Amino acid sequence: MTEKYEAVIIGGGVNGLGTAYHLGKKGFTDVLVLDKSYLGYGASGRNGGGIRQQWTSEDNIKLARESRKMFERLDDELEEDLEFYQGGYLVLSFHEEEAAEFKENVKLQNKLGVDSKFLSPEEAKEIVPELDISDVVAATFNQSDGTIYPFKVIHGYADRVREIGIDIKEHTEVTDIVTQGDEIKKVKTSEGNIKTDTVINAAGGWSSKVAEMAGAEIPNVPVRHEIMVTEPYKRFLDPMVISFEHGIYFSQSEHGNIVGGIGNPDEEPGLNQKGSLWFLKNFSDTLLDFIPRFSGVHMIRQWAGFYDTTPDAQPILGSVPEIERFYQVNGFSGHGFMVSPMVDKVTAELILGEQPSMDIERLRVERFEDMDLEEEGGVVG
Amino acid sequence: MTTVVCRCEDLTEEDIVEAIEEGYDELETLKRHLRLGMGPCQGKACLLLARRILRRETGKDVEEMKEPTARPPSRPVPFSLLASPDEGGEDDD
Ligand SMILES: Cc1cc2nc3c(=O)[nH]c(=O)nc-3n(C[C@H](O)[C@H](O)[C@H](O)COP(=O)(O)OP(=O)(O)OC[C@H]3O[C@@H](n4cnc5c(N)ncnc54)[C@H](O)[C@@H]3O)c2cc1C
Ligand code: FES
Repeated sequence: MTEKYEAVIIGGGVNGLGTAYHLGKKGFTDVLVLDKSYLGYGASGRNGGGIRQQWTSEDNIKLARESRKMFERLDDELEEDLEFYQGGYLVLSFHEEEAAEFKENVKLQNKLGVDSKFLSPEEAKEIVPELDISDVVAATFNQSDGTIYPFKVIHGYADRVREIGIDIKEHTEVTDIVTQGDEIKKVKTSEGNIKTDTVINAAGGWSSKVAEMAGAEIPNVPVRHEIMVTEPYKRFLDPMVISFEHGIYFSQSEHGNIVGGIGNPDEEPGLNQKGSLWFLKNFSDTLLDFIPRFSGVHMIRQWAGFYDTTPDAQPILGSVPEIERFYQVNGFSGHGFMVSPMVDKVTAELILGEQPSMDIERLRVERFEDMDLEEEGGVVG
Repeated sequence: MTTVVCRCEDLTEEDIVEAIEEGYDELETLKRHLRLGMGPCQGKACLLLARRILRRETGKDVEEMKEPTARPPSRPVPFSLLASPDEGGEDDD
């Protein structure tokens, strides 16, 4: 028997479920969300939960700002404590040149309604007293940034989406997307075929594979990023601390664990989700340079997930030129959780042919052919 | 009678059965929902029992389910031991 839906969403991560949620809120419920594994198997269940508005490109600042506002209301909407803790993001700089850029970033952020501040090393130390500031040149701080517990967001969405009447099927892998001319006809899965003319590609690190199934091309490449967690401690660290130069980020969750990661600049692209010794050593070295007093803190677990990266580190949204009603919600390049509320809302609007709440023209895949790219320079990890 | 299953995160058998009924019916989602097995012992003391409960409640063969990709060290390790000996913390020489 072939099932039939008005739209099929591939990927049960924050963006697949968030898009389903926004569609459902507008009364569009003949929708199926598929995941080849469990909900949150992708990056959405493996990330640092960081919610930051201190970005360098206008699109990202706006997306992050609107999304932060939406996260502030999401507890009530989903009737779930999502552990959104707005202890701020402290961004550290170790070079004058970068510090000068920070000043410009703050100006742009302030202009766009993000209340970030440029700080001296001493002011940074007031926020995190344990910080070793001997090499710090400057910092920026934004109080309304923070962290959230990703798993609760995913399941908050999933519960609500099901209540609204949208179907979710786990352990169902999409194996092909059948098209005729430029129209989608059906989706083939490990559990049978599904008729539909609308597909949303929210497959995270697997999104370029999924695009290929439909005969569309997107430039996304998955790259492994590792992360770890310590034993829980009573709160002593308020903000998320990050440095672009070191590629490190760390924060303390509501539960008390320190959660943090560091990027490996030599990481080869590929679908590898194993933890490495390189990570443990480099994360520990850098962390102790930042906060020597962490030396006695106990790490208990490490894991890895993918950044679904694009050439300009910005997401790919909207439909593609080759095929009708094939919507992309991917390419988040390591910051797809914090922008998801706004991204998913706009995606739902595009699918329904409504005027989008935010202009995303510059984030369409066509930009890689005919536009000058504005690279987002504020990626960490 | 209340049976404590996960001492580190203070979870009883009842908590686990309730979560399974709410739909967290595989080990990976159950773990994240309850933080089951996420304590300092990293599940050494509780995951076996949790698996047994899961199997009983769902009829699924839990041993067959995918193993997690997380790599716990055999016990909690201080950062001073993980870092290079010549740098890092103040008390790691
Ligand atoms: C270590 C790490 C730290 C991060 N830290 C942060 C952070 O602090 N803040 C932040 O905002 N972002 C962070 N990110 C990025 C963020 O996690 C992702 O951008 C975001 O979760 C992407 O969500 P998604 O729903 O688009 O994709 P995913 O969560 O990756 O979901 C994709 C889903 O698609 C499913 N799928 C794939 N192929 C198929 C198929 N053929 N059929 C069916 N299902 C399929 C997968 O199983 C998966 O569940 C981090 C990422 C990593 C790896
Ligand atoms: S007893 Fe469950 S994590 Fe230790």
